[in-house]
Amino acid sequence: MGHVVIKDLFKSYIERRATRRMVNSDVNVHKGDRLLVLDRVNLEFQNGELVCILGPSGCGKTTLVRIIAGFESLTSGTVLIDGNPVAGPSSDNIFVFQHNGLLPWMTVWENVCLGLRHMKDKAELATRAQEFVDMVDLTGFEHHYPHQLSGGMQRRAELARALVVNPEVLFMDEPFAGLDFLTRLKMREEVINMHELFHKTVIFITHDIDEALIMADRVVVFSDRPARVRLEFELDFPHPRDFHIDSELEEIRRRVYSELGVHYAL
Amino acid sequence: MMHDKTRRLLLSLVVFAAIGAIWELVSLYSGWSASVFPSPRRTAVGMWELITNGTLLKHSVASLFRVTAGYYLAVIVGLPLGIILGWWKTGQVLFNSVIQFLRPISPLAWIPLAMLWFGIGDKPAIFLIFLSSFFPLLVSTITAVNHINSLYFQVAANFNFTKFETGSKIIFPAILPDILPALRISLGIAWLVVVAAEMIAVKSGLGYLILDSRNALRMDYVMDAMIAIGAIGICLDRIIIQLNKIKSVSWGSV
Repeated sequence: MGHVVIKDLFKSYIERRATRRMVNSDVNVHKGDRLLVLDRVNLEFQNGELVCILGPSGCGKTTLVRIIAGFESLTSGTVLIDGNPVAGPSSDNIFVFQHNGLLPWMTVWENVCLGLRHMKDKAELATRAQEFVDMVDLTGFEHHYPHQLSGGMQRRAELARALVVNPEVLFMDEPFAGLDFLTRLKMREEVINMHELFHKTVIFITHDIDEALIMADRVVVFSDRPARVRLEFELDFPHPRDFHIDSELEEIRRRVYSELGVHYAL
Repeated sequence: MMHDKTRRLLLSLVVFAAIGAIWELVSLYSGWSASVFPSPRRTAVGMWELITNGTLLKHSVASLFRVTAGYYLAVIVGLPLGIILGWWKTGQVLFNSVIQFLRPISPLAWIPLAMLWFGIGDKPAIFLIFLSSFFPLLVSTITAVNHINSLYFQVAANFNFTKFETGSKIIFPAILPDILPALRISLGIAWLVVVAAEMIAVKSGLGYLILDSRNALRMDYVMDAMIAIGAIGICLDRIIIQLNKIKSVSWGSV
């Protein structure tokens, strides 16, 4: 399962910085002010959907996903996963972090085994861990430390660590940020393949519109802060996708770009 | 690699030899008497006497014992306490000012109280060494815990870590790269303080040897004890540096 319902979600927080970093246009924000981050967000993600969340940076995408994952509290509204309100972080919903979330003092193997540490049968544990290490092509690197791996390999190891616990929902917060162009394309492919194989609900934050259009089953576009859902649509196109061939997809792409203020998307 | 090491060793020996030569020249031409400024040869002869009659070994062992005991005590108390206070923010607020208040008080200022409380013998010296390395260790542990990337705590929460698991699998390994320099520095401080601590209340140790030789006007023995202190200090430092070679710590230097 992995059915996510978000109803009338609001999130605001009290400004703690005396001088805030300049994001967008809110110049007149003072220490102690209440800042609205999420403004009545209503969304529903079906079980097994790959959802891409788009929006300008600093708009509150990460906050939304952190609330769904249980890392942050909400101000009002409800977030249900499979009908149950989110109470806090849990190994049913694994978060893949924006920057490297592998524990640097553990080898790839030890990191992948984190979620399996309660398994009684150690032989079964090893088989399962090995299966996922092999799946992300890290065979032979089990005893390497994260800092000995390339950026792409680190992300793959983290993906293996997340998938090995068989989570209901997988959260990915700009997981490909900082990867080089080719590695990024390969990682997209990897996530799409992984998604077709496991059919988990994946909530994927990105600011790359093309990435969202190539990967997602559903795309949600947020406005500037306070984040409101500006555009939401399903993409029922088979993989692999190509804008240059599929004119319908190309049309959607133009619309999203134009909605985000870019009129000559190439 | 090997060649590089030999070269470095040779170069530092050259400097030591040069210092020895200057020392010899000064003792020859300064006109100071040998009882005020013993020559290197006289000091070497004294060293030979101290080594052969076992005095140096006895006093070194006594000093090392006190340093080891006081230092271990500081590590055993300071590290866990630092982890707890680093983790438990209210505790940190409660105790921070007390720690900052006690920290600048030199361990030597505790000498009268230490003697009164612990009497004569090893105990007051061990107490002073404990104090000298406890505060630097405690403060650096608290700082190290405060500086742990919050991402790791989120990973811990995400994988349903218990409090104990968070302590042992996240906090402890996360602070190790920061703690090793603190362990090194505080061991150095402990070795500094032992000499002073041994000038009171005990009848053994390198500090006592210095005091005793001074009373006997044997400045060559005083210098020998100083040489021994320096040499043992280098050895202790070399030993603790080996901890950096632990594999799961190497990420900290990247």
